[in-house]
Amino acid sequence: MATRAFGSRIKRTIDPTLLRGEGAFVDDIPLANPLHAAFVRSPYARARITSIDVAAARAHPGVVAVYTGEDIGILDREMPLLIPHPSMTDARTQRPLAKDDVYYVGQTVVMVVAVDRYTAEDAAALVEVEYDARPVSIDIEDAVKPGAALVHDTHPGNVAAYFVQVSGKPDDVIPQAEHVTKIKVRVERSTAAPMECRAVAAQFDPVTGELTVWDGTQAPISVRGGLASIFGLDEDKVRVIAPDVGGGFGQKVLLFYPDELLVPMAAMQLGRPVKYIEDRRENFIGSSQERTQVHSIELYAKKTGEVIALRDSFLHDTGAFIPYGIAVAQVASTSIAGPYRIPNIWVEFTAVYTPTVPVTPYRGCGRPQSCFAIERAMDQLAEELGLDRFEVRRRNLIGIDQFPWTREGLLFADGLRVSLDSGQYQKALDLVTEKLAPADFAAEQRAALAEGRYLGLGLAFYVEGTGLGPYEGGHIKVHPITGKVYVNTGLTGQGQGHETVFGQIVADQLGVAVEDVILVEGDTRAFDWGVATFASRAAVVSGNAIHKAALLVRKQIIHAAANMLEASEDDIELRDGAAWIKGTGRKAPLAAIATATNPLRYAFNEAAKAATQFAPASRHDGPPLDEGQHPGLEATDYYSPACATWAYGVHGAIVEVDPDLCAVKIRKYVCIHDCGNMINPTIVEGQVLGGIAQGLGGAMYERIEYDPEGNPLNANFVDFLVPYATEVPHVEVLHLETPSPLNPLGVKGVGEAGCIAVGAVIASGIEDALAPLGAGKFRQTPITPSMIHAALEPH
Amino acid sequence: MPRPRQRLSVPSVSSDPKARVSITVNGEQVEREVSVRLLLSDFLRHELRLTGTHVGCEHGVCGACTVLIDGKAGRSCLTFAVQASGHEIRTIESLADEDGTLHPIQEAFQDCHALQCGYCTPGMIMNIVGLFESGEELDLTDEGIRLALSGNLCRCTGYQNIVAAVRKAADAMQAG
Repeated sequence: MATRAFGSRIKRTIDPTLLRGEGAFVDDIPLANPLHAAFVRSPYARARITSIDVAAARAHPGVVAVYTGEDIGILDREMPLLIPHPSMTDARTQRPLAKDDVYYVGQTVVMVVAVDRYTAEDAAALVEVEYDARPVSIDIEDAVKPGAALVHDTHPGNVAAYFVQVSGKPDDVIPQAEHVTKIKVRVERSTAAPMECRAVAAQFDPVTGELTVWDGTQAPISVRGGLASIFGLDEDKVRVIAPDVGGGFGQKVLLFYPDELLVPMAAMQLGRPVKYIEDRRENFIGSSQERTQVHSIELYAKKTGEVIALRDSFLHDTGAFIPYGIAVAQVASTSIAGPYRIPNIWVEFTAVYTPTVPVTPYRGCGRPQSCFAIERAMDQLAEELGLDRFEVRRRNLIGIDQFPWTREGLLFADGLRVSLDSGQYQKALDLVTEKLAPADFAAEQRAALAEGRYLGLGLAFYVEGTGLGPYEGGHIKVHPITGKVYVNTGLTGQGQGHETVFGQIVADQLGVAVEDVILVEGDTRAFDWGVATFASRAAVVSGNAIHKAALLVRKQIIHAAANMLEASEDDIELRDGAAWIKGTGRKAPLAAIATATNPLRYAFNEAAKAATQFAPASRHDGPPLDEGQHPGLEATDYYSPACATWAYGVHGAIVEVDPDLCAVKIRKYVCIHDCGNMINPTIVEGQVLGGIAQGLGGAMYERIEYDPEGNPLNANFVDFLVPYATEVPHVEVLHLETPSPLNPLGVKGVGEAGCIAVGAVIASGIEDALAPLGAGKFRQTPITPSMIHAALEPH
Repeated sequence: MPRPRQRLSVPSVSSDPKARVSITVNGEQVEREVSVRLLLSDFLRHELRLTGTHVGCEHGVCGACTVLIDGKAGRSCLTFAVQASGHEIRTIESLADEDGTLHPIQEAFQDCHALQCGYCTPGMIMNIVGLFESGEELDLTDEGIRLALSGNLCRCTGYQNIVAAVRKAADAMQAG
């Protein structure tokens, strides 16, 4: 048997294409004479539109069409609420083009279509919109105060949703606490900032009546369903293709953005392909963001440090609309107890409308915020009880023999139970302890202090519910000509290496090389059952579906090969692209088996000669295919998880803070993580390292800034500080592999893991470093130099 | 559903003034009549269909659009096509052999898993090619490589594997 592909560090099969510059992103797709869209966007955070004059824009040379809300027919409606939930009342979503009112700077008001983007932007600048500005309360904590300006008059207090979840009996247990730690923390707003901004192109074929949409989305099948539903088209007549996509990180899973509806509409009306390629400023003011939450968390503990109950009350900023429901807040609330037993939990949140860019999940999806709250609180508890930070965690971690650890009463964002399925939390703590050597570090820290240098150790655990349902599918077909294995699933990739890891899963079962497994995804024509790429779910949900389909095809191959080779099925092994009789040189190549299982009329090649209905070996005593039998080697199967599978990890760092410059240098960064069985450790590390870099952005640099009127102040890459190579430290990644008992492959998701703990680690480290100076606490991210300066001020 | 009614008269050109440019792209001289404000990035991508050069910010910060202009790394999103007239441009499409064999830098990127979505990659690689071909001595310490990469944003990888790839490529190219 050849080396197992599953678990191997196999190089990515997609890379040569991308490296040669042959990737095909939306704006790279050649279209015949495309028209280009540009938008007029609201310059006010909250205003009433009093008039729109598009005459000059329409008259501009090269302009094809100008659309206001009055001109878009059936699209003049509020867009769908994707995830309804009873905690919301009259959930508000955006219209493709604003009508009467605008709710944030950047909201789309008018769409211009012209011969090129340059002309479309010129014409957009000629549109005259008069606004009557209204007062705003931008900051989330102001927005819930009595008398705050309202985003939607229908929602007093700007409350979009309110929800309480309880696990155990916190009210009964809280009086028994011997110590209470209470802190308030805040995480600021950031954005995914994928390197490719969003993009959509559409073409309508009047002969076939087919609408084709190329969309840089994470959810092509859902987009197809929505387009068919909203335009009243047969699903069969709408094809959505997500080609190569330059990063998504959650931002590209929202449907619909206005352009995703308006561009197909324009293509149908104008009889020409139309495309909209978002620019970077538009990505900052028009595409979803996430993160702002303010948590007031209370830990009820014994003197030993054992936490017996937790109360957390938080505000969640949902921006001007709440199209994705309460998902982000719900993930935050159900992850609040982290990896700790804490058997009694009371957690409430209020989702708050603010007149800012709408909020939907960004990699992490509420987890970085709840991790920041619980981990900062654990540090504070340790300090108040005079315990070591490692030790207080050790006393609360769920033990290896305590899984599954179910938090009865909490429902995750998939509406299913919260049940941490497996892990070696103590071992992870041991590993990070070994790597950071806290005793040695304490000596080093003292020595540095004597020289006037300030070193600190940061530490934080995280958990991540991954692999959410409802389901995904896998379709596998062995091609009779080439013997190559074609695999389809309903997902789409944005750089995760699906083609390689799914190839590894299939290669082992069918005995083929990974490069002979061809994945076609992200195209509703290739496979149109499924959901989308989000919530660290691809490897878990599609991976297991593909695995199940591969087992079916394996069985078909062995059955057919045994017939062809006149051997017992037990004696057949699959390797090197063929079925072999074990211990002999006799084999049948996969292509020949695939051909032979398909009764043929025409002998197009040698293998086909043996499979024609005239071949001596073919059956003459009945139909060539038995009742219920299908031709060829092909199967489809699905995987639907009963609940999420929980990955986890712990990060540790040694930082040095210069109190004069308020500068932070990360001297060491260690990540211990566990995502169950790893399909490809190299790809897992890539996901983790990339996540940590984004986490570091959120920890130290990235903050979407608004002035008091709601104008974004840093909507560009100069002022919004995405880390470059010079800001990101070398990270040491160590793996644990605790299989998930919940799925056949034993895998857990890893997509979001890296980013979750970084804010808490950095805050913990800086606080430790500056403790000798009597500095204040660090309970807000990003931690900017000014915040360090403020913390060092006498207080 | 009946066929949507489509507009019969749709203009096809803008009123932009045009200029003739003559640019050597990947060794081949091309002449075109283009709008005077057409960006070099759009010229390469949409006039010449060299879509390997990507556009990430259109203000010269992210580096995704980096090409070699007379051998030096430059931002094609901050350069007008007319400015490139008479100059020599090299793009990512020029690196691999015609049979698809990767350039050592491209190969090192694959070996080290230095790319994920691949959107920033062509600009990143052209920046490195410019550096390698500059004849300047390279600082191959972690810090030196990170400094060399500090004009290119990547949102996927966390850079660590890119640093490794640059070092590996430098070693491979020195070994000849």
